[in-house]
Amino acid sequence: MRTSDLVRAAVANTFRSKLRTTLTVLALFVGAFTLTLTTALGAGVSDYVSKQVASLGADDVLLVSTASAATEDGPAVYDPETSSASSGTPNPLGGDGGTLTSADIETLEDIDGVDSVEPVSPVALDWVEVGGSAKFEFTISPTSSITRADLAAGEQLDAASDDAQLILPDEYLDALGFADADDAVGTTATLGLTDVLGAQHEVEAEIVGVSNASLLTSGAGGNAELLAELAEVQKAGVDSPDRYQIAIARFDPALSAVEIADLKARIADEGMSGQTVADQLGLIQTVITGITGVLNAFAVVALLAAAFGIVNTLLMSVQERTREIGLMKAMGMGNARVFALFSLEAAFIGLLGSLLGVVVAIGLGVPLAGALASGPLSGLAGLSILLFEPASIGAVIVLIVAIAFVAGTLPARRAARKTPIDALRYE
Amino acid sequence: MTKTAGVATTPPLLEVRHLSKSYGRGDGRVRALDDVSLRIRHGESVAIVGKSGSGKSTLMHLLALLDTADSGEVLIDGTDAARLSRTAVNRLRNRRFGFVFQQFFLTPGASVLENVVLPLTIAGVPTAERRRRGLAMLERFELADTAEKRATDLSGGQKQRVVLTRALIAEPDLIFADEPTGNLDSVTGATVEDELFALNHERGITLIIVTHDEALAARCDRQIVIRDGRLVDLTGVAA
Repeated sequence: MRTSDLVRAAVANTFRSKLRTTLTVLALFVGAFTLTLTTALGAGVSDYVSKQVASLGADDVLLVSTASAATEDGPAVYDPETSSASSGTPNPLGGDGGTLTSADIETLEDIDGVDSVEPVSPVALDWVEVGGSAKFEFTISPTSSITRADLAAGEQLDAASDDAQLILPDEYLDALGFADADDAVGTTATLGLTDVLGAQHEVEAEIVGVSNASLLTSGAGGNAELLAELAEVQKAGVDSPDRYQIAIARFDPALSAVEIADLKARIADEGMSGQTVADQLGLIQTVITGITGVLNAFAVVALLAAAFGIVNTLLMSVQERTREIGLMKAMGMGNARVFALFSLEAAFIGLLGSLLGVVVAIGLGVPLAGALASGPLSGLAGLSILLFEPASIGAVIVLIVAIAFVAGTLPARRAARKTPIDALRYE
Repeated sequence: MTKTAGVATTPPLLEVRHLSKSYGRGDGRVRALDDVSLRIRHGESVAIVGKSGSGKSTLMHLLALLDTADSGEVLIDGTDAARLSRTAVNRLRNRRFGFVFQQFFLTPGASVLENVVLPLTIAGVPTAERRRRGLAMLERFELADTAEKRATDLSGGQKQRVVLTRALIAEPDLIFADEPTGNLDSVTGATVEDELFALNHERGITLIIVTHDEALAARCDRQIVIRDGRLVDLTGVAA
């Protein structure tokens, strides 16, 4: 029997007992529907997080802090050579831990594989105002000069620019009297700060972009020029030893994961901790993966139940069609082809169930995600909670067809093993 | 067509030697066939007769290679069927044997044409050729107008003619008919009988008919009578 005839016969047989097929397909539908939605949810959240990761930093930088980073195991042992006083204010990007000294920066620059080191000075701002508006409390993320913001309007910071540039979080728009994000771009903001001697200073910066609210970053962004200017003002000419919360070490972006690990090991040997942005987000992503995994597990349990439904349906079908199977075998149909006929029937039932589930899930999910994005989740700009990716939808369909096929092998084997005589005698 | 034993220079179409077959186990064991030997030549029409339970269906199943014997040999054109691979046996049944059963075994829901071309479908003949050959064969049996109907919608006589058409579609050498008229009224039964014997006479197709209808058996060249699994009488054959 030709494969095309086999497929056609399997499809035709599926529709012979419509009620039974429909019920089996519905069981699969539940699994397919759930699995499509849970994978879309996982993809949506992951996509959002990866956008945030991109907003946190380039992939050729290590954020270096003193060794007792939060992501390491247990508290660090005190070492008078390398340990330094803790600043007491954990930075989301730098971990907790002490401050880096100028000596540390020099050590870092000498490490093989580090192209350049930019120490990040802590900048404590008091307020921001635009064009005589009220003053609002304001912070600048110390690592913002290397990150890419998730922009609502305007452009990214220009690291090479000689002008002080600022990216404003969108929550300041209303307060500072802007109509919308585009309105803010190009205006000049005044930043107020107090130097180490207690004197008040003002620094001006151009707003080049407006960033969306983000789960992972806080504060505004400033380019290297602005941060350097602020740090200079803050020092007020006092020649105290420099202390840095973190330093940004740039390396060759062509390095492999193994080479990056080696580089981190060399930095660790010097009593410091170097982490890529991805390292720092590892925990968040692990949590998301875990939640998605649990949801997917529920869907797979539903699919397993459906698989038993397929076994049952096809066993009944084999029983009913005993004589037909016997006739085909008497006429010279081989066991392998009989097996294929019933397995294909199972796979086709799987295909029907998965297609139905996927189509309904998308049909309901897209408007639902839209409603959520403009309603309860509007605070998280850029988040589409359900992201239907063609690849994962394809994977869901393939998975369900495969499960159905496997479930079909038991009845198919029974059909293939029938001898023509027993089958023909069967009343 | 010559039917004397003397010209058997070519091996007989079918030959069985010392065939035995039992069913069941222990005390319930039934010996369905006991040391049966016979030959069937090309172009013969043979009736296998006996009471129900005599073993005549078992003999037919063994001859048609649908079942395997406990002991003894089945030779097809002089070749021991036990030496053929399963694929070769399947191909043999598909190409050279046609089957007509008492129950029609038509696939419900499928069209008459689809039912008729089933052996060709199994053989892997392309769709267009199947359709052409199927329609030509239905034409010959005056069933052309039923080609697209569902097989289950036909009358009993039509159904058995569809079954005959199906048995002939692959142009077999040999037709096995198990009670071919058992489910038909006498008029329709007679028509089906006439068609079977016409095939035998005109095209030299060998007929092996299992029946307990004496009139039908009498129309065959010879009768093989089976009682309690043993051959009782071989009419007109030098065994």
